Amino acid sequence: MCLGIPGRIVEMHDDRGLAMGTVDFGGIRREVCLQYVTDEVGVGDYAIVHVGFAISKVEEAEAHRTFEVLREMSELQELDWMREVADRSLDGWAGGAA
Amino acid sequence: MKYLSEYRDPAIARGLVKRIRARASRPWTLMEVCGGQTHTIVRQGLDELLEGAVEMIHGPGCPVCVTPLEQIDRALYLAAREDVIFTSFGDMLRVPGSHCDLLQIRARGGNIQVVYSPLDALEIARRNPGREVVFFAVGFETTAPANAMAVWRARELGITNFSMLVSHVTVPPAMTAILDAPDNRVQGFLAAGHVCTVMGWTEYEPIARTYRVPIVVTGFEPLDLLEGMLMCVNQLEEGRYDVENQYVRSVKREGTPRARGIVEQVFRLVDRSWRGIGEVPASGLGLRPEFADFDAERRFALDSIRATEPAECHAGDVLRGKLKPMECPAFGTRCTPERPLGAPMVSSEGACAAYYNYGRYRSTAAAAT
Repeated sequence: MCLGIPGRIVEMHDDRGLAMGTVDFGGIRREVCLQYVTDEVGVGDYAIVHVGFAISKVEEAEAHRTFEVLREMSELQELDWMREVADRSLDGWAGGAA
Repeated sequence: MKYLSEYRDPAIARGLVKRIRARASRPWTLMEVCGGQTHTIVRQGLDELLEGAVEMIHGPGCPVCVTPLEQIDRALYLAAREDVIFTSFGDMLRVPGSHCDLLQIRARGGNIQVVYSPLDALEIARRNPGREVVFFAVGFETTAPANAMAVWRARELGITNFSMLVSHVTVPPAMTAILDAPDNRVQGFLAAGHVCTVMGWTEYEPIARTYRVPIVVTGFEPLDLLEGMLMCVNQLEEGRYDVENQYVRSVKREGTPRARGIVEQVFRLVDRSWRGIGEVPASGLGLRPEFADFDAERRFALDSIRATEPAECHAGDVLRGKLKPMECPAFGTRCTPERPLGAPMVSSEGACAAYYNYGRYRSTAAAAT
């Protein structure tokens, strides 16, 4: 959980005052909090994401490379946690369906 | 795979190894702080390539590994309660407590849900108003901004059936605890790149000055690590003790100010026990008094749950760099990733699991005889 995973921001929205967005992690899509990086990112940008929170913007080539390195290191367990959450159909909750 | 080449190029790696060897007039002892770095070093055998020039001691940089037994036992108690839905990051489920682990509690009917983000746990609370939802808040500074936001949001949205079992730790006090130990051997640090992405490196400047140790903020890929080691060795050879940044593509001196800001608003520094190291003053994060309603330890009166670390597991010596994992008598026999005695064998970021998974027990044990 100490190595953030890079992903591409495909959509951004506001959830009751909190900046959220959908981020694509090598094909797996997830709601992510963008509150800490709203000034620096837009749709199409890449960000390093720690447990559902984007922490910093990252260049596309760097994002792809880091993702592959993490895959090689088998350090992508967080993607499995995302799947567990998705299996309980929690994945769509942050889309504003309060 | 085309993206991999730049930071993996064997020719560049060999060049860096050669430069470190040429520069080191004597063997230097460095510590990498991040478990991801440990993973890379052991996997790529970087420590073996540098034998005689640089010895790497693996620091306590795995949040799963340093979570004290007591907090695991408290988690197990909560997870077994009928009125509780217990939520956690996935890698805490197999960490052994005094008597069992979270997976076993789940098999016996405990309601334990793996979440990816602490906001998932908050949503579970919103959807289950009749249940108490507890989130196991572990990690270093990389997960603190996320966990802080979940508490902040719980208060903002008026979700009162949500609380956190907080076991957060911070890196700089652990470094000073290691340096303060009378038998300390660490002469320079590779600081954890992603922790510094959040926090920046200003906290490390007084440590470098006071203890006269170079600290190089370093990434977790093979060439990052070799470059960080070279920068560290250069400083040692020149008698400099500065904080330098190898991981410039991710880290700025001030870190990510907004993330730091909310961590400071929700958490305060508290004394915290580290598995194997013991209590380190002001080394953890706990909820500020204004967020005490969200503190699971208070809500469920967990103070009475105490635990003693098992004698057979030498995790403490491994986490302090006193023992290489394969030097532990239980390593690879009574302690394996399938049946771990201690947390460093559970997490992929743990030193014991890294040694086991990359077959270190075979080659090194053979070489030692």
